[in-house]
Amino acid sequence: MNQFAAQHPILLVALPKVVVLLFVLLTALAYLTWFERKVVAHIQTRWGPYRVGPHGLLQPLADGAKFLFKEDVTPAGADKFVYFLAPFLALSLAITSIAVIPFGPKEITIFGQTTPLAITNVNIGLLILFAITAMGVYGVALAGWSSNSKYPLLGGLRSSAQMVSYELALTMSVVGVILMAGTFNLSEIVTSQQGFHWGFVPRWNLIGSPMPQVLGFLLFFIAAVAETNRSPFDLAEAESELVAGFHTEYASFKFAMFFMAEYSSMITVSCLATILFFGGWLSPFPQTAAMAWTIYIPTAAFALAGLALIIHGVRYITVYGRVVLPVLGLALCGLAFLCSRPAVIEFIQGPFWFLLKILIFLFVYVWVRGTLPRLRYDQLMDFGWKLLLPLSILNVVITSLAIVLTQR
Amino acid sequence: MTPQMAVFLVLAAMSVAGAVSLILQREPIHSALSLIAIMVALAGLYLLQGAEFIAAVQIIVYGGAIMVLFIIVIMLLNAGLEERTNASRMARYVGVPLGFVFLIEVAYGVGRATMHMIPPAPEAVSTRDLSNLLFREYVFPFELTSFLILIALLGALVLARREDSN
Repeated sequence: MNQFAAQHPILLVALPKVVVLLFVLLTALAYLTWFERKVVAHIQTRWGPYRVGPHGLLQPLADGAKFLFKEDVTPAGADKFVYFLAPFLALSLAITSIAVIPFGPKEITIFGQTTPLAITNVNIGLLILFAITAMGVYGVALAGWSSNSKYPLLGGLRSSAQMVSYELALTMSVVGVILMAGTFNLSEIVTSQQGFHWGFVPRWNLIGSPMPQVLGFLLFFIAAVAETNRSPFDLAEAESELVAGFHTEYASFKFAMFFMAEYSSMITVSCLATILFFGGWLSPFPQTAAMAWTIYIPTAAFALAGLALIIHGVRYITVYGRVVLPVLGLALCGLAFLCSRPAVIEFIQGPFWFLLKILIFLFVYVWVRGTLPRLRYDQLMDFGWKLLLPLSILNVVITSLAIVLTQR
Repeated sequence: MTPQMAVFLVLAAMSVAGAVSLILQREPIHSALSLIAIMVALAGLYLLQGAEFIAAVQIIVYGGAIMVLFIIVIMLLNAGLEERTNASRMARYVGVPLGFVFLIEVAYGVGRATMHMIPPAPEAVSTRDLSNLLFREYVFPFELTSFLILIALLGALVLARREDSN
């Protein structure tokens, strides 16, 4: 078996990783819609999805089934080939970008082959991500054009102009990080952020030396929200002006594909923000003897969440919920028990902190959407070209100056 | 056949097919899409040669920025189907044979020059080496080229906005 694995590493190592990650990612996408609807609902003092399953937990499933069984209409006079190509392009590009994201420092062993905790670890990981982002514009632009309809065309034009404009600021804002890390490799960027100021403040790039990238991070996140066409920069699908923008004429699963592409880009951006500015999988606590207890934080977090779910679940309003929620809580407690095993506890540290940071960024995404009103189009362009771009260039200049001065 | 060879053949076929389709398509957007396919295939070929940075930049700059501008312009102008006229007699009887002769000549020349060459094993060129070359050894031609491009850009701006100043 091991010999077979050595001869065909793609078949036995890369393929299972791709399949597992794809499964996890698609599930995460589905539940991200639930997460967003719940959080926005609570921001607006509503309940959000509540009927399908306890706390609306089966809502993504119901949505998926609905998308599959809806009638799929192709508008008359649409350019068929491009009309079908656009959602496919959008989704496949958005999902591909996850392939270069490293999830943890440890290597895993499948059939005697050690392999990093990412689909692939390439030297130009960051550049590949930007290349994919650059190509991502086509999904939106072509969808708008091929629908042969006024609103989609306007939406497509708007968003391609917007994405091209903000791509500049997005790329320039990470140059500071690249200068400090000296590499495009995402794993090496994370490892370059190891260590602590004065023994307890992590040396993440956000507060790193020689030049804290606070400005870089703010610019990056704003530009990234605009690049993913999310509120308050969602002019491509401003429903009060353009019905639904570029995907007005899309129905059924092709519409769902645009939706999944958007959420997948959100996850990628959160991963990237974590890796570039917040130390990726690095724990915020120093690994000294006095702080050795922090290794049990993942276990404690899972156990507390499980217990809370059990206590809440037994008093849930429906009988179904009284069964499902405690079972979920028990599963979380089981996970906590698993994470307390000596073999697992080391391994789980990296992915736990990484996923926690991603979750915080996703929450910020939804929070921003629930809080800020949409920008007007001229404001959007002014903001991108006259504020973000000059500031990101300033950040590059200051950072390189700081690096040159401290290297003397 | 090595896997590299198979990948090369696929990418080469993709770029040639893209180039043919670029000329034959009548819808401007389809031509632009063919051009994007060529750019991506070329990036793959660069990657096959170990030029990672060039490959990524090829997609970012040509596949992304420049082709997006093409597409936006086509969408904004709402360019219709291209009209075909019959080739003139001159083009048909002199141009086509001459084109073929030229093609054979180039193929012969390239084939003869590279026939006995042993291809160097593709190894990854690090971005650091590349930037050292660009910004140390060849910094003067590099800056000169960017200056020329800047002049062309300013010239285009001045020409396009001439009416406004009056």
